[in-house]
Amino acid sequence: MDYSIYAEGLRKRYGDKVALDGLDLAVAPGTVLGLLGPNGAGKTTSVRILATLLRFDSGTARVAGLDVRSNARQVRQRIGLTGQSMAVDDVLTARENLVMFGKLFHIGKSAARQRADELLAQFGLTDVAGKPPQTFSGGMRRRLDLAASMILAPQVLFLDEPTTGLDPRGRMEVWDAVRSLTAQGTTVLLTTHYLDEADQLSDRIVVIDHGRAIADDTPAGVKRAIGGDRVEVVALRPDDVDAIASVVARVGEPVVEELRVHAAVTDRVGSLTTVARDLQEKGLDVEDIGVRRPTLDEAFLKLTEKVTV
Amino acid sequence: MSQMRWALSDYQTIVQQELTHLVRQPSLIAWQLGSPIVMVLLFVFVFGSAMDIGGGADFTSFAMPGMFAMTMAFGFMNTAMSVAIYKEKGFIDRFRSMPMAPSAVVTGRGVSDLIHAALDLVVLALIALAIGWRSDGGLAATLFAFGLLLWLRFALIWIGVWIGLKVKNQEAAGNLFALAFPFGMISSVFTPPSLMPDWLGAIAMWNPVSSTANAVRELFGNPVPLGGSWIEQNAMLMAVTWPALITLVFLPLAVRKYQSLGR
Ligand SMILES: Nc1ncnc2c1ncn2[C@@H]1O[C@H](COP(=O)(O)OP(=O)(O)O)[C@@H](O)[C@H]1O
Ligand SMILES: [Mg+2]
Repeated sequence: MDYSIYAEGLRKRYGDKVALDGLDLAVAPGTVLGLLGPNGAGKTTSVRILATLLRFDSGTARVAGLDVRSNARQVRQRIGLTGQSMAVDDVLTARENLVMFGKLFHIGKSAARQRADELLAQFGLTDVAGKPPQTFSGGMRRRLDLAASMILAPQVLFLDEPTTGLDPRGRMEVWDAVRSLTAQGTTVLLTTHYLDEADQLSDRIVVIDHGRAIADDTPAGVKRAIGGDRVEVVALRPDDVDAIASVVARVGEPVVEELRVHAAVTDRVGSLTTVARDLQEKGLDVEDIGVRRPTLDEAFLKLTEKVTV
Repeated sequence: MSQMRWALSDYQTIVQQELTHLVRQPSLIAWQLGSPIVMVLLFVFVFGSAMDIGGGADFTSFAMPGMFAMTMAFGFMNTAMSVAIYKEKGFIDRFRSMPMAPSAVVTGRGVSDLIHAALDLVVLALIALAIGWRSDGGLAATLFAFGLLLWLRFALIWIGVWIGLKVKNQEAAGNLFALAFPFGMISSVFTPPSLMPDWLGAIAMWNPVSSTANAVRELFGNPVPLGGSWIEQNAMLMAVTWPALITLVFLPLAVRKYQSLGR
């Protein structure tokens, strides 16, 4: 298969510091790859290498079928980049920003204007086209930033932590914008340190840590590997623990840790309801009850354990 | 499209972006001119009466060309700052991921800084005229003098770009003022080096800013309290040579730094 993004054995070090330690990636055309990892995992380094901004020490990197080292210029005509910081000019208006980038892509003045208007409409910014991004919310700025990277309707789009620092509403807006792009067939590599974001937007997730892929799977597979959601009940008294465990056993394999009883579940609301109702029927009061997702830290611990064991 | 036309179109776009900034934020010019203006007022009106530059020369006529030169000298800070902001905001990454002329970002900034500097000079010259400075050198000499001032500014653009690409962030670029201040002030800008201690005077004389300041004083027909040293006697020659040398060294350094951002 011809992958839109293909990397094999990418290595990159900054002085003594190893940033990428043999990273492999393969992204099929028209799909979204979520590159998930904690700070310092090597996400930005990967994006910068694939977007022709950074040289690497060894390995292979191809984007849109072209070698990023020897065909950098052609690669640049086929990619869009939205970096970690938002590269929009705060003094120019939203529309002027897009026209400026259009001109730098040499699509011609009138085409640049026309494309700017199309993109403003696509990203829901028509109403604020004449305002400077200074006055925008975080989500709006990021959408403008996204629009700027979409001027040539690139085959491949790189998004480096597009929602970091945004409020929940801004995140939703950006997610919708990304979905509208993928609906048009753009191949996207998106980095994030939010599991739910990777889950929501990607067809496939690669989890990286210390410059290496420690998981490469569908979102469902990754969630399975890290345990997914758990129903958790904390007993008031040690004497209640056995009774609680037998209730929890109805929705999943119970794990008992002192006063804490938990089990992996798939149906979040259903299993919580079942457990709560049964506890009530048995007249068992509890300290705490709820559905928990593993934090990213726990997920990484789990995945790293798998690798090292 | 030929490479040249491709690059020219990129310059035009970047310069246009800069000019829009200036038009939308005229306060930028006021802000940047604030410090030289305050300095002029301080020197001319507060210390001026106590300043005797020798030969009975008028201090205002002596200090104004110095102020022009100093403003050009401090200008590299603006360049460094705007390049650092460009880098920090991810503009440079975006530009580099686009199929644009590789040097257009660096040189486009330079061109717009030069336009900016020309505007600065116009404003400063008007203020100088208002407080009694005059050029007696005739039109051609006066224009040549302003040309020399811009020539110095042009050379310093490359130092500014180089520094701006080198520093980590804009705060670091802002801290450079500690460096720029002595560079601007240990010169013949406000005091003749002959009145300084010998070692300091020697540094001040050889400061490129001094050569430009003295050369434009000559061209404006303003008092030039020159010592007898070679460097002071050849101010005109050096006002042309210094910026050429600086450009020769720092233009390639700036371009190389830009190209090596990917390492
Ligand atoms: N310019 C640089 N110089 C030295 N080390 C760097 C540089 N950029 C990144 N690193 C290091 O490389 C590793 C990966 O960084 P990065 O790709 O930015 O991670 P992420 O984007 O996942 O947070 C980190 O340990 C970071 O400190
Ligand atoms: Mg990063």
